[in-house]
Formats: sequence, C-alpha cells, structure tokens
Amino acid sequence: MAVKMATSKPALPGETGPPGAETPGDVLEVDGVSVRLAGRLVLDDVSFSVRRGEFVGLIGANGAGKTTLLRVILGLQQATGGRLSVSGRPSGRGVVGYVPQKIQLDPDMPVRARDLVGLGLDGQRLGLPLPSRRRREQIDAMLEAVDATRFANQRVGNLSGGEQQRIMIAHALISQPRLLLLDEPLANLDIRSAQEIVALLARITREHGVSVLISAHEMNPLLPVLDRIVYLASGRAASGTTDEIITEDVLSRLYGYHVDVLQVHGRVLVIAHAGDGFEVLAGDESAAAPGHPDHAPAGLEQ
Amino acid sequence: MSWLFKPGFFASSPVHVALVIGGIAALVCGVVGAFTVLRGQSYSGHALADLAVTGGSASFLSGISPLWGFAGMGVLAAGVMDMIGIRRARGRDLATGIVRGAGLGFGALFLYWDTTHTSATGVAITILFGSMFTTSTSVIPLVAGFGVPALAIILVLYRPLLLSSVSADAAAARGVRVRLTGLLCLVAIALAVSLAAITVGAILSTALLVGPAAIALRVTNTPARATVVAALIAVLATWLGIVLAYDSFSWPPSHDGWPVSFFIVTLIFLAFVGAQLLGRGRRNALTASAG
Repeated sequence: MAVKMATSKPALPGETGPPGAETPGDVLEVDGVSVRLAGRLVLDDVSFSVRRGEFVGLIGANGAGKTTLLRVILGLQQATGGRLSVSGRPSGRGVVGYVPQKIQLDPDMPVRARDLVGLGLDGQRLGLPLPSRRRREQIDAMLEAVDATRFANQRVGNLSGGEQQRIMIAHALISQPRLLLLDEPLANLDIRSAQEIVALLARITREHGVSVLISAHEMNPLLPVLDRIVYLASGRAASGTTDEIITEDVLSRLYGYHVDVLQVHGRVLVIAHAGDGFEVLAGDESAAAPGHPDHAPAGLEQ
Repeated sequence: MSWLFKPGFFASSPVHVALVIGGIAALVCGVVGAFTVLRGQSYSGHALADLAVTGGSASFLSGISPLWGFAGMGVLAAGVMDMIGIRRARGRDLATGIVRGAGLGFGALFLYWDTTHTSATGVAITILFGSMFTTSTSVIPLVAGFGVPALAIILVLYRPLLLSSVSADAAAARGVRVRLTGLLCLVAIALAVSLAAITVGAILSTALLVGPAAIALRVTNTPARATVVAALIAVLATWLGIVLAYDSFSWPPSHDGWPVSFFIVTLIFLAFVGAQLLGRGRRNALTASAG
C-alpha cells in the first residue's frame, strides 16, 4: 500500500503518489481529486484505486461526499483538482454501470421491471426500441441472473425496495461494464433485504468479472464481502483493507480528533466522544446519540 | 346511426376541417401527453397552456393566426423555464410558476386590448375555449407543420426521455444529454399545447394533453402501449366531441350549438372516472383473491 507523506496534514493509507501511478490492473484511478461546492471543500485531495474484479466499499457518514465522489467518477460533477482515469478514460460516463440512490417511479407509471432493464441496454439510443429476439433473451438472462424473473412483468413502482434494487443492478450490469458504481443501495432496506442484496452483488459481480465501488454509511452488512475500503471523512479519504483502515489510529487522523473503534456483537462501531455522551460516526445508523447515553446501542451504556 | 350523426354532418365543410385539425391535435397531444405525465411535467403543461392565452391574444393584436401566437409563446416560455432552472423538481415548479405568473399578466393586458381596441368579435372566447367549426382550411398545413416536429421529438427521444424520467443521473451516466433532452421535451409539450389550444381553447388545452395520458397510464402496462392508447383516447374523444357538438345545434335552450370543447373535456373526464373505477375494481378483486 503506497503512503504519501504530506507536510500540512497527517498521511493516510491509500493516498497515492504522483499522476500516472495507475497500474495495469486498475479499472478506476482517483488521484488527488478535490471538489469545492458553494465555497465548501467537499473532497480534499482524495486518492484511491479500484483493481479489476475488486469489491470496494466507499464508507462515510451522510454528507461525507460519497455521492459527490461518485458523480465526479461518472463525469456528472466537475472536479476542481486532481486526475481521474476510468479504464483509461477521463470519466466513467457511458462506460460504467451506475445504480442511483433513488429512482422516480410511482406505482401508477406503466414501466415494468423488464422495461427498466432494457433501458440499461440501449436507453441512450435514439428512436423506438424495435422488438428483437436477441434483446429479449439478453433481458431475460439478466433478470434471471438477479433472481428477478418472477416479477419481470410487474410495474417497478409496485415492487419492494429490495426488488427495485435487484432491477437497478440488472439495469446497470446488462451493458457489461467493467466497473459498477452503487450509491447507497442498502439505504432504506431492512436487514434481511440488505444482506440479500450484498450476497447478490458479491455473487453476480464475481460471475461477471466486474469491479464494484459501493457507497454506504452503514458498513457492517458489507464487511464480509469487501476486498478493500475507502473511508471518507472531513473531505479526505483513507483506503486499504478493512483491517488497515478501521483502526483508531487511521480514523483519528482522518477525522482530525480521537475516535474509538469498537466491536459490539460482531458489529464494528466508530465512536467519537461528544460532551457527556458519544456519537456513533459509522457502523450503526440508528445509534447517533451525542450526549444521550440512554439512546446508546446495547452494551455501550456509559 | 342516424341518432348519432345528424343530417348534413358528413357533407359539412366546417365539420371536415374540425375533424382533420382536431384529429391531428389529439394525436399529438396523446403521444406528447403520455410523456408529460410520465415525466411528472403536468404542471409545466398547465403553465404552457396558460401562457398560450398570452400568445393567442398577442397574435390577434398583430393580425396573425392564433396558432403562431400559441406556439411561439409556448416555445419561448419553454426556453425560459429551462434557462432559469428546471432540472430539479422543486426548481422546475418554481421556474414554471414564475414564468407562468409573468406571462399571464401580459395575457390579461393583451386580452384587454383585444376586446377594447380591435374590431374582432369573440376574441376572448376563441382564445380561451377554441372555435374548431370556424377554423379555416388554410390552417391545416400549419397544424400539421407544428404537429410533425412534436411527434418527431417524442419518437426520436423515446428511450432517453424514458430513462431520464426514471433517474436523471442514471440517464446521464449512460451518456444521455439530460438537459437537452428535457428542453426538447418541453418544446414538444409547448407545440402540443398550442395545437390543443386551437382545438379546445387555451384554458382547456391541458385536459386534452394530460387527460387521455392519465387514463392510458392506468389501463396499460408498458410505456409504448400507454402512448398508443393515449393517442387513441384523445382522437376518439375529440371526434366524438365534434359529433355531439354538431348534434347540439338541435338541442335546447337556444338551438345554436354547445361548445365542442365542453364535449371533448367532459368525455375525457368521464373516461378518466371510468378508468379509476375499473382500476379500483381490479385492485379489490386482487386483494380478495390474495386474502
């Protein structure tokens, strides 16, 4: 793991060297990317890479800049500094698969699951989609791959959150991208649905040889399948294996103040002290309770 | 069928013109309307209909066909809405509301000048509620000239429009030029509204744009079928409205005919209520069988 030493701020694991450090196996190389929005530095010199076939988690609290970083990679947001390479291109627009955080489909809208998957195949093309046996077979195969055949003809707006995520994953994968970006796909899912989606992602991306960069503010469901982690906080990023990054030393340097890393009932919690209580920075979205120990997760009462 | 088609209906020249113009306008409104509703732009359609009042009343002042005024003002307003921010839902409603308010102010002024400073009679009624039976045959090529580009925009951009309706970011990630696509869709809506305005009047034009589409989206299961069914409903309602309006010349109270726009929007409304009841019945049946 390359480590860059900086004079103005502590060095963090994963901060890479000068531009051009991309290795042949890298599908994505983010090198010193900074983004300033409305005068606020949202991303500050962020560097990491995703190698071929890797499953990488982009972890950080809400507002940490995860969606902004994904939008920069997609070419939907201009970086104010740094360099980006997606399979040798300056942005991922048109070449990566993308699962957005939200889709806008009311139950009244007559868009079936198979229609949405088909749009992943050729939704950018002009003209009407002409019926073809090959196109139908591709869509059917993708629906089967994400175990969605049983609701293929139902309106997407009528499906559950987990079922919609399966359809969006199929939508993103059907064009056979080398890199799949997912923006908080586990948000608003119950624990069982989240586990099913994670297992599906791990299986299908392995089968298709796709690299994955998945953002989440709750990292625990992802820990069993992650090859590496990119942890965002205070606009900066640290990247490496989970064991390298989820440590008090690295995260304290990243946040700029002392944090504790606890293992509770098999779950990892990142905690900062706040007044008389604490704040859960990552690891359990239901436990953010600064100064309110009564709301602490089980086993953490002070 | 003589109970429906009164004597002279098929020989009447104004009826022929009304059937052609109304048919083209309804076809365009059905197709464009399906995407207006799918993309959640019904409010934009409503605002463009209000602004058609401004364009129509300005055209009377300058002595040109009201269709030029309806379409010109609509396309201009679509450009302004895009320029001042329609990319996010809240910004879109805000931009639409601001442009609509400003435009309606001019509409009120122009209508006042139309009625007080020109010799044209019934200008306000013509603009607000349409006058298909008094439309000249010379307008037919103009109607087709506005209808074809509106249809072309929707058919050419069918897939990018659909994808960006589901998620603008997902569409952009696939390489769709989301802003240009949205602007062209607004232009198509403006053209469709202008055609609806000469058919049922500016004030009622949203009914022809949104009504058939809202019905079609409830009774079909794919965007393509919804588009075709919306067009069919719009054309049928318009033609049946023309038939009933012709029949109404023998109806009380004064035997001088009821407005064709009344029949068209009422038929669409009744069809919508029918579709709602049908949908509710289906859902109840599904719930009962599931229970």
